[in-house]
Amino acid sequence: MKIMALECSGLVASVAVAEDDTLLAEYTVNYKKTHSQTLLPMLDEVAKMIELDLQSVDAIAVAGGPGSFTGLRIGSATAKGLGLALDKPLVSVPTVDALAWNLYGCEKNICPMMDARRSQVYTGIYSFRGEAFITKRAQEPMAVTEIVEELNQLGSAVIFLGDGVPVYKEQIREWIKVPYQFAPAHLNRQRASSVAVLAMQYYKEGKTQTAAEHTPEYLRLSQAERERAERLQREI
Amino acid sequence: MVFLDRHWIQARLEIMRMNIEIGGMEKKEITILAIESSCDETAASVVKNGREVLSNIISSQIDLHKLYGGVVPEIASRKHIEKINQVIEEALSEAKMTLDDIDAIAVTYGPGLVGTLLVGVAEAKAISYAKHLPLVGVHHIEGHISANYIENKDLEPPFICLVVSGGHTHMVRVKDYGEYEILGRTRHDAAGEAFDKVARAIGLGYPGGPKIDRLAKEGNPDAITFPKAKIADAPYDFSFSGLKSAVLNYLNGCKMKGEPIVEADVAASFQKAVVDVLVEHAMLAVQESGLDKFALAGGVASNTALRTAAEAACEKRGVRFYRPSPIFCTDNAAMIGAAAYYEYMRGVRHGLDLNAVPNLKLGEHYPGETVR
Repeated sequence: MKIMALECSGLVASVAVAEDDTLLAEYTVNYKKTHSQTLLPMLDEVAKMIELDLQSVDAIAVAGGPGSFTGLRIGSATAKGLGLALDKPLVSVPTVDALAWNLYGCEKNICPMMDARRSQVYTGIYSFRGEAFITKRAQEPMAVTEIVEELNQLGSAVIFLGDGVPVYKEQIREWIKVPYQFAPAHLNRQRASSVAVLAMQYYKEGKTQTAAEHTPEYLRLSQAERERAERLQREI
Repeated sequence: MVFLDRHWIQARLEIMRMNIEIGGMEKKEITILAIESSCDETAASVVKNGREVLSNIISSQIDLHKLYGGVVPEIASRKHIEKINQVIEEALSEAKMTLDDIDAIAVTYGPGLVGTLLVGVAEAKAISYAKHLPLVGVHHIEGHISANYIENKDLEPPFICLVVSGGHTHMVRVKDYGEYEILGRTRHDAAGEAFDKVARAIGLGYPGGPKIDRLAKEGNPDAITFPKAKIADAPYDFSFSGLKSAVLNYLNGCKMKGEPIVEADVAASFQKAVVDVLVEHAMLAVQESGLDKFALAGGVASNTALRTAAEAACEKRGVRFYRPSPIFCTDNAAMIGAAAYYEYMRGVRHGLDLNAVPNLKLGEHYPGETVR
């Protein structure tokens, strides 16, 4: 099975092609350039490097959210265009789950954190037991205090990763009561290879989408919708 | 080392050039799939040779934005990504085609809302990449102008075009296909924005253009005298902010004095003030340029008062008048396909690094653009 994966939910732009147990290519850039300008040229370069016949791909995987609204849409629109043109299914992989897969096999608690602004992080709590991937807390936007409190309640060691870590490192250090570590540079950001590997599982389980039906999971309303809902709530 | 005879190389080049030309001659028909997502319409269209529209699919979000009194960029962007593939698939199937029948992909890359533009641009680039099709980025206003080519097979540049829409008010001299000179523009709000704001003030709601147009038919356009939206030192420029304030002041004045407000008269008088200045400037541009063709374009070109006044003014001067049908005035992808054809024929191509440019100027070229 061959999967082409795209990940541009945050500052990182990453593309990967994986076939069964082999990562054929991965290209990850964590730099300011806009994803709109980098993502397809990166994919093109990777495809040329491994002489990829686009038609040989079984599915196109994409980090399906949460993340930067615009970033998610660049990834999704690219995946949808590829899916439409190649007539291939899409696999939408939860962004925070894919981040946790950077630490495959880790039996400690894994806590990815993506900066979600408005004093929140997109986060969750995961761990591996043997080969099994366990979700203790599904991905969600929440305050750092809240997730740290949950980790304290669980009472066991934890590894943090993600672009929310540098933003909230001091607060984490202050509030955490269990043994903790911060994942190093080669593991601590979004990677399309993790999206690809998790997508293979999803594909085997039949969790695919048509390119037409795919849309990102923002896990948050737009500001206008939120304010409107609050106003209606007050009026009731 | 082998030295090649210079004459031999020249002969080879000549043969290659002829082959390319013959290749071009064999393929007389150029079919373009065009995508437009610059504001609140998700649209796709298949256009043959720039003038024959084989399909024109538009998914409007207008009802969604009515709740908020205007287009909300984030909601619009979300809606685009939900609909874009269905719209493209429908455009292809209505044209009875697949992507294998398409010669190039065209997409609006500016001006517009950055979040919504990005959806169309990313989608178009991905299709162009996966199917090895050339990509042509199109300026949204160039699309509106080119909408005139679709139903007016005889229209060719040069001509004067007045582009009026929710976001734009431009007086353009179309010198040739793809060559534009901006003679004038709005200094503040676009004409369409003024319609929206006045409509809100008299309780008509969003979108203002069609609602004012309808109500104005029941009112007296000479009931109230509003100032004209002119700029002293720039004969082709517009400013509708003074006019807008005058309407709001008039409404406040009536309320304070306890006088009744006849909304239909306000709508008709406001609309007349806008139309008068638009047509006056347009006719000045026609006269100064010495050209004998004038075209309207953009969403506000559907306004019946504007159409009637512009047509009458042209007739009086012996100028040929062109306008697109309302379906090609509103944001659509057929107009993008029409514009893209002429850009394509000029050899314009864009790369996989094409980005959305929300404040793209007419006639501006993308840094990575190539012209063959």
